[in-house]
Order: sequence, then C-alpha cells, then structure tokens
Amino acid sequence: MALTVLLLCAGAWLATSVVALAAARRSTATSLVYALALVVGAVALGAALDALIYSSDSIRAAVLPIGLPWLGAHFRLDALSALFLVVVNLGGLTASLYGLGYGRHEQAPGRVLPFFPAFLAGMNLVVLADDAFTFLLTWEFMSLASWALVMAHHRQPGNAKAGYIYLLMASFGTLALLLAFGLLAGPAGGYAFDAIRDSEPAAGMSAAVLALALIGAGSKSGLVPLHVWLPLAHPAAPSHVSALMSGVMTKVAVYGFVRIVFDLLGPPEWWWGAVVLTLGGISAVLGVLYALMQHDLKRLLAYHTVENIGIIFIGLGLALAFRANDMQVGAALALTAALFHVFNHSLFKSLLFYGAGAVLGATGERDMERLGGLIHRMPLTAIAFLAGSTAISALPPFNGFVSEWLTFQAVLLSPHFPQWVLKFIVPAVGAMLALSAALAAGCFVKAFGATFLGRARTAAAQRARETDALSLAAMFLLVLLCLAAGILPGYFMDALAPVSQQLFDARLQPQHLHAWLTIVPVLESRSSYNGLLLFVMIAGAAWLAAWVIHRGASHALRRAPAWDCGFPDANPATQYTAGSFAQPIRRVFGSVVFRAREHVYMPPPGQMQPARMHVHMRDLAWDTLYAPLDVLVGFAADRFNRVQWWTIRAYLSLVFGSVVVLLLVLAIWN
Amino acid sequence: MDHLALDVAHFLAGGLVLVSFMLLYQDRMFGLLNIFALHALVVSLSVAWQAHIQLAPYLYITAAIALVVKAIIIPVALHHIVLRLGIHRTIETVVGIGQTMLAGIGLVALSIMVMLPITAEAGTLTREDLAFSLSVILLGLLMMISRRNAVSQVIGFMSIENGLILAATAAKGMPLVVEISVAFSIIVALTVVGIFLFRIRERFDTMDVHALERFRGGQP
Amino acid sequence: MELIREALIQMAQLVLLLLLAPGLTGFVRSVKAKLLRRKGPPIRQPYRDLLKLIRKEVVLAENASWVYRVAPYVIFATTLIAASLVPTFATGLLFSPAADLIAIVALLGTARFALALAGLDIGTSFGGIGSSREMMIASLAEPAMLMIVFTLSLLAGSTQLWMVATFLQGPDVGLRVSLAMAVVALIMVAIAENARIPVDNPATHLELTMIHEAMILEYSGRHLAVIEAAASLKLLLYFSLIGCVFMPWGLAAVGQGFTAYAVGLGTYVAKLAACGFLLAVFETGTAKMRVFRVSDFLGAALMLGLLAALLLFVSQTT
Repeated sequence: MALTVLLLCAGAWLATSVVALAAARRSTATSLVYALALVVGAVALGAALDALIYSSDSIRAAVLPIGLPWLGAHFRLDALSALFLVVVNLGGLTASLYGLGYGRHEQAPGRVLPFFPAFLAGMNLVVLADDAFTFLLTWEFMSLASWALVMAHHRQPGNAKAGYIYLLMASFGTLALLLAFGLLAGPAGGYAFDAIRDSEPAAGMSAAVLALALIGAGSKSGLVPLHVWLPLAHPAAPSHVSALMSGVMTKVAVYGFVRIVFDLLGPPEWWWGAVVLTLGGISAVLGVLYALMQHDLKRLLAYHTVENIGIIFIGLGLALAFRANDMQVGAALALTAALFHVFNHSLFKSLLFYGAGAVLGATGERDMERLGGLIHRMPLTAIAFLAGSTAISALPPFNGFVSEWLTFQAVLLSPHFPQWVLKFIVPAVGAMLALSAALAAGCFVKAFGATFLGRARTAAAQRARETDALSLAAMFLLVLLCLAAGILPGYFMDALAPVSQQLFDARLQPQHLHAWLTIVPVLESRSSYNGLLLFVMIAGAAWLAAWVIHRGASHALRRAPAWDCGFPDANPATQYTAGSFAQPIRRVFGSVVFRAREHVYMPPPGQMQPARMHVHMRDLAWDTLYAPLDVLVGFAADRFNRVQWWTIRAYLSLVFGSVVVLLLVLAIWN
Repeated sequence: MDHLALDVAHFLAGGLVLVSFMLLYQDRMFGLLNIFALHALVVSLSVAWQAHIQLAPYLYITAAIALVVKAIIIPVALHHIVLRLGIHRTIETVVGIGQTMLAGIGLVALSIMVMLPITAEAGTLTREDLAFSLSVILLGLLMMISRRNAVSQVIGFMSIENGLILAATAAKGMPLVVEISVAFSIIVALTVVGIFLFRIRERFDTMDVHALERFRGGQP
Repeated sequence: MELIREALIQMAQLVLLLLLAPGLTGFVRSVKAKLLRRKGPPIRQPYRDLLKLIRKEVVLAENASWVYRVAPYVIFATTLIAASLVPTFATGLLFSPAADLIAIVALLGTARFALALAGLDIGTSFGGIGSSREMMIASLAEPAMLMIVFTLSLLAGSTQLWMVATFLQGPDVGLRVSLAMAVVALIMVAIAENARIPVDNPATHLELTMIHEAMILEYSGRHLAVIEAAASLKLLLYFSLIGCVFMPWGLAAVGQGFTAYAVGLGTYVAKLAACGFLLAVFETGTAKMRVFRVSDFLGAALMLGLLAALLLFVSQTT
C-alpha cells in the first residue's frame, strides 16, 4: 500500500514537471507547481511515516515492467528506505512550502519549475530502487535534475563553472557506483538487490566495492577530498533548492552508502570502519574550517554540510567497526547516532538555507560583509536562523546536540576494540569531533552575528523587509521540529530502531519508557540525557531570575548611544566583520591547513591611498589532488590530439594491431 | 608485585613522558633548564623506585648519578653558560608549538603501537616502561630537530639519554659499569658542548645553529 | 521518600551555589590583594556590588536588539543549571540523570554562544574583539575539556559525574598518569574558561587585552549583575568539578546520614578555599600572555587530554 502510494507520488511529481513545462509562461505557474508538489509531498511523507513507524517490520516490494526487459524495475520499501523517505519528503514538503512564497522572486521560473518536482521524484525513486539498474538510472536522473537547477541562474558569474564541475564530479561518482554494482553483481549479472544480497563477495572484491562506494556516495555527499564541487554548486541554485541539495540530496548519497556497504556487501571487516572513521573525522574538521573562512552566507552553509556529513560518516564508521567485532550494542548505538544526525541535519540545514534565502530575497546580498543589523528589519527570520544556528552548533536543548552526544557515547564504548589501529584512531577522531563542534559554534556566532546583529553595513541591508508568510511558515515548522527532536529525542530514537534492527539485528532499548523521557543509550549508570528537563529548567530559571529582578529590584530602562569606551557613533564600517571575526581562528589553524598568508600594504606617510590587507589561502585538496589531475588530463589530451592527424592507413593499422593484441591475450588467457 | 608498586612505577614513567611534552612546550631558556632538571629528577625517582621494587641496590647508584649529574650539575652549568654568553632568552622553533606537540602525540602513539604488541610476553610494567621510554627517546629527537637553538638541542640529547636509562632499568639488564661510563660520557659530552657553544658564539655571535649551515661546503 | 530526599539535596545545592558564588569571587580577590600587600575589598564586596547593580536602571545602547536583553538571563540560567548538576557536597542529586558531563560542557557552550552573540549585537569594535577571541579560545578549550571527559569516563566507564566521583573515591583507581595529565589539562581549561590570568585578566579594562570584559563592555544595571553572577557561578562550577573529580573526599554518598552531609559541606567549603587560594597565588605569580600565545597554551591542554585518553585506550587491554 505505502509503496504504491509512494510510486504514485513519484509519478505525480513527474506529471507536475510536465505541467510546469507547459505552463511555465503563465503567472500562476509558480503557485500551481509548488502547491501540487506540496500536496504530493504531504501524501508521500504520510506514506513514508506510516511505513517507518506503524509497519516497519513488513517489507514491501514491487516489480514494474519498465527498464531492462529481462530485469524490470524493482522497488522495495523497508525500514531503511522508509527512514530516508521521511527525510527526503519532509525536506521536499518544507521546500515546496517555502517555494510557494520565495518562488515569486524568481526571475527565470521556466528554468526552475519543471525541474523541481522532477528532482523530488528522482530522490524518492533512488531510495525506493531495488535493483542496480533502477538505482543508477534514478541516481543519474536526480543528479541531472539538480544540475539543471544549479544552472537556473547560469548567467551569474561563477555559476557556469560550478555547474561544469558539478557535472564532472556527478558523472565520476556515478561511474564509481556503476563499477561497484558491476563488482557486486559478479559475472552472473544478478543486478536485483536480492540476488546481490544472496551472493557471497570475494574478499578482495569487497574492499574494491567499499572504495568505489566511498568514491561514488562520498563525492555526492561531499566527503573530503571529493567535496570541491559542493560549495560551488549548492549555493548557486535558488535557496530552496540549495536547501534540498544540502539538506536532502547529500542524505540520499548517505543512503546509497549505507545500502551498499551495510546491506548488500555482507559482513564488514574491521578496517572498513577505520577508513570510514578517518575520512569522516577529516571531513568534519576541514569542513568547518573551510566554512569559517567564508564570507558568502550560502557557501558557508554549504561547507557546513561537508562538516556534518563527516560527523555522519564518523557514526557509520564506528557502526562498521562495532559490527565487525560483533559488538551489537555499540553498532546499534553508532548507527542510531548517524541516522539521527542525518535527520537532524536535514532539518536545520534546510532551515538555515531558507533563512539565507530570505536574507538574499530581502537584500539581494549573500556576502555577510555587506549585511548586518537585519534582526531589526527581519525579526522573525532572525529568530528562525538563530534557532537553526543553535541546533547546528550542537548546543542543548536543540537537536544537533543530541545526535552528537550519541556519537560521543558510541566513541566512548569503543576502547574494547581488539585492533590496535582502531584504538588509536577512535580517540583521535573523538578529538576531531569535539574540535569540529566547538568550531561550528564559533562559525555560527560569526554567521548570525555578521548577518543579523550589529548595524547595517550597506543601504540594501538597511532597507530590508521581512520575508513572506509562507516562507516563514516553512522555517518555523522546521524550528519546531528541531526543538521537538532536541527535547523529546527518545521518540525519534525509537523510530530509528527498526533500521538498526533490519541491518544489525540489534536495537537500542526502547527510550520512551524511561522516567521523564530521559534517553539512556546503554545503561543509566553509564550515561543519560534529558533534553525536556534541561529545557524546562533553563527556561524556568531564566524566567524566574528575570521576574524576581524586575519585580523585586528594578525594571527601569533608558536608551542611550553605545558607550564603546568613549567613542560612540562610529561609522558602521568600524564594526567587527565576518572576516575579522574569523581572523584569530585563521591564525591558529589556517596557517597550517590553508597555508594562509597575510600581506599588509601600508601606504607611505603622506599618501592618501587606503592601507590594504590581502589574505592568500590555498585549498590543499585542490592543490594536491585536482590540479595535478587537471595537468595530467591536459597532457594526455595533448598527446592524444595527435591521433587526429593520422592517415587512414595509420588508423587501420591501429585497429588491426588492437585486434591482434586482443586475440593474443585471449589465446594466452585460455 | 603489588598494586601500589605497579601504580607508582607507571605514574613515574608516564610522568617522564609528560615532562618530555613540557620540554617541547617550553619556549623560554631558563624554563627549559628547570624543566630539564625536573626531567632528570623524575628519571632518578623512577630508577630509585625500580631499585626498590626489583631489590637491586646498584640501581640506587644509577639514580643518585642521574640526580646529581643531570638534575643539578648540568642544569646549573648550562644556566651559567647561558648567563655568561648572554644568549637570547627565547627559543626559536622551526615549526609551531602546536604542530610539534601534535607530532609528539603521534610519536607516542607510534611507540606504544610498536612496543606493546611485540613485548606481549613481558610483564605489564616492563611493557609500559619500554613503550614510555621509546616515547621519551622519540620526543627528545623531535625536540632536537624542531629547535634551532643549540642549548635546546643539547637538552633534547640529554632527555634521550634519560629515556635510555628508563628503558635499561625497566628491562632489568644494565650493569652498573655501563651506567657509570654513560654518566661519564654525558659529562664529557657536556664539556664538548660547552666548548662548542663558546666557539660558535664567538664566531657567529648567535646560538642559532642555522648559522653554521652557511659554512658547509658543496652546497649552493 | 527517596525522591523527596533527592529533591531536597538538589534544592539545597542550588541555594548553596547561589549563596557561595559571589563570596568565592570575593575571596579570590581578597587573597590576591593580600598577596600584593594591598588591603583589598572585603569578601562580601561582590554581594554588595550585585545588590547595587540590580537596583540600578539599565542604560541600553540604542541599537540593542532583544538578543542583548535576553542573553544575560540565558547565560545565567544555563550556567546555574550546569553548576547545579555537578555534585558539590553530596551525590544523589535529583536531576543528575538529566545531563552527564558532556551535556554540562555543552550547556556552558550554550552560555558562551549567547554571550558571544551579545558581544556582537551593539555593533561596536570592542564587542567584536571580545566575541572573536572568546570563540577562538573556546574552539580549543572545549575539545580539551571533552578529552578530559573522555579520560574520566574511560576510567570510570561512565560519563555520569556521580559515577565518576564514586569511582574515583573507590580503591581501584591508583596513581594513573592519565589522571595526572587530565588534572593538568583541566586546570588549564578552567583558567582559560574563567578568563583568569594568564589567558585573560578579570580586572583589566585596558581595551586591547580584554576578552570577557570586552564582550560585556556595554552592559549595565541588572543585566551586568546577572552576567557577573553567572561568571562567579562558572568559577564555582569549575572548582566544584575539580573538587568532585580529583578531590572526591568527603562527598556524602546516597543514603548516608546527616553527619555525612555536614562533613561533605565542610570539606566542600575547605576545597573551595584551597582552590581559591591556589588560584590567587598562581594569578599573582604569573604574567598575562599575548592573545596568540593562548592558542599554544590551550593546544597543550588539548594535547594533554588527547594523550591521556590515548594512554587509557591503550591500557584497556594491557
């Protein structure tokens, strides 16, 4: 039932795309398309929730007679796909709602509207796919639809390059996945996932599949060093699409990784965990350090996606390591932590991109150095963005903290690994996780502070107006969900239990049974957390303190110019900017990680030019990996270019030579 | 071996690693000398404790030598030299302190990873002490390569020697004769280094050994 | 019955913290003054300051938003709640299952987040300096603190503070070098987090060197009082933490009689006095560092914490 509904929903989105193509010129098209997408999204979300919560133990499958004639298109709905469908459709729902309001600012609706529902359909179908062919086809469909959305504003500087790099990386990732599935299916060519599950992979092959899955899913989700496209492409799209790409599509990539490595590939080896953990830890720290160096609000958010994907992969790596050592409780805890972070990140990252979109719509600026003081002009957006910032910085009582706390608990369960390498990697990764959490808080103080606090730095920021009601509704829906997942995490963790049951045959104890809704991952004497109680106590203590002081002592208040050590009424340009805020952190970390160098130009006395400071930073991933690759490709292309000027005879001898060589190989092989 | 004996020995050996890190962290000349004295003190305490629990009285002599020579004579002598030469009191590092310490953590991890699996049959104490002493040796080497100043290179060298003593006592193998000859060689080394310091100071007016590199032949 | 008793202890602790916190700050100041051969204000001076400040009118900068007015209460409430979850004179607090040590660290993070935002709200350069430096310090101090938490919880097999305290009171601890590293790192973090010399100077108003004071430069009246109270509470929290974890003597356990609580209270005050005295001596004997030396200082704390955790991870099988 639920599967049928979901497939029909995908069909309905595709139909909406066609409608959008036809009606793109009409003025009502925007409302029509987003309203349709919203309704379909609500139905799909309901079906996914039903499948996850009420009937998670039953697995539904269907074969449609499309695609390859001997294979058909297999679809399947189990707990894992149901969870990711909830994430996808919740994101789709809020994006559609936001689009209803925000889409009115769109200058080129014809370039956005047809692809938006198609993108939603693509993501749903990837998660539902149950054979390699359907998976790859829908994966590519999803990539192309999102690429089209990235290219919606292709005339803006930088977007064309972003789209080009995205297209390259997406095709590269799909190629890796194609090879992975080829290896999984084996020589017999059983491309249905059921056939793959039943077959036993050879030892060397599963390592190759792991590497290919890391490349394929990692390049889509933005794992360092495959992240280079992400901070270019995600901000280039319209904001609600950025939210979908950063908050949701990266999760579909995580789904692809979990499906291949946890479900299809068979029992893991311990070193898989070590590899995934290390990559996750590096992504978490580098992602947030990159983010700190940005002054473009949307690009900052995109780099934070790299960080959060890193945190998710830390959880997944731990789960693999626990699983390989037959430590079921740890495996269930680490997987729950990772999946909970998947859910949480989709909430607050969407929320933050909507906020950034609202700022962009109101001021036309993405550069934080040209914003400021928006809390006075856009108070509701400011509240929503602040809630999102608190959540992503992993601060209680919001939801980001809970999933990072669970990840820490999983790290603390791990000193009993018998492998020496894991014994050293795990605490180091724990330190990286802690470092990234602390840096994220700094980064969002900067983002919120530079954008919303202080005084307006430009006229555009001064004239900003609060965004429309529908956009605000989408944002506050997410704020409520963030808060709910933060203060009632037990219910959300229970909803994740079927997934770990399905993958590991183990689950955490039911959380909603504990007194006062405390969450207890393993044992109460080991660790526990109660977001509800903390929230109530903090709110109560703050209110009580304010009440007592206002009642008992004084509530007088007078507005006056800022004191500022005796220099009031300075120019708004004297405020701390985003760049100056990040300068101490850049000095501490950047000189190593980015080879950051500062050059100060002081004009000689008497000359009127302004003094200038330039900061040069280099992306090591780009320098060490991509730039040599670029040189290599150019070199090879130059060499092969000569082939074009060969004579017919030379071409024929090339063909002849290859045939003879192949025949020789065949002869020797047999 | 009872619980307390093991704990104290572990604590002293681990403390030596900690003091090695303090040596890495320190960037002032006199602070460095004081911490080196502490390093030698911890070594001599550790050796004395080993003498106590291994019932090996000759180790007390080793401890006494370490205490007198390295915790008192050498720091005082170096202090004197530094004062005499009026050496610049801050130590220039080649790479930042944070990175050096991170590398140090890696070295400790490495030595534990190397030592513990291959000494699986030995007693717990011996294994830990061997791992810790290898860490101390590697940290001393790290200090020698990450500091430009000749005095801190000397101190790095001597902390390596402390690590060797720790290893030797833990392995229950070093005869007294060897120890005494090592102690003498250290004093000879100090003399040589002292003369060396006076000489380079006299020639180049600096303690930065970087200055020496310009006078090597055969290089552009 | 058990519930009522736990609730009573919790309430007693909350009241105790509120009463003691300004006194502790006053005590440290007065010891420092004595060490400098000054007469110094009496210990009760911080109480008087707070009472004076909350009765005064607030002068609010024209540009201040609601963030600026709400932040003091958020900072105060989160710090108070965090402090009330650290066992001071007795374990068995009613709310201790609500937050383990990691959550307590994160609650302090929430307070700092609010304070740093308040520093940016007016849009002056000093507030920005303070916030920016505070977050730089936090970016190293918080991981260092979490590595200390790791070390403790690896030893005790729990992140619950009362379990850690009970374990460290017990006989199977011994002299662990990891614990020594953790205590050194914790002291370094505590110094940095409480804006004490050599990281920051709580008494300075020299613009270029201040961090904490720069963020709260524009605050006045009751807002300032609440922030000052929160700062005192934070110092008390760190002392309680050091006392509870590394000097767990005298802590009254669950189900003990009245005398145990009296002893617990007495030793708690003694521990605070000892910590306060040592802090004052240390501060008097040290010079403030340059801001960019702080990163080395806290980096060393982080490395120590990491090394301590690493050694424990390794020794779990030996």
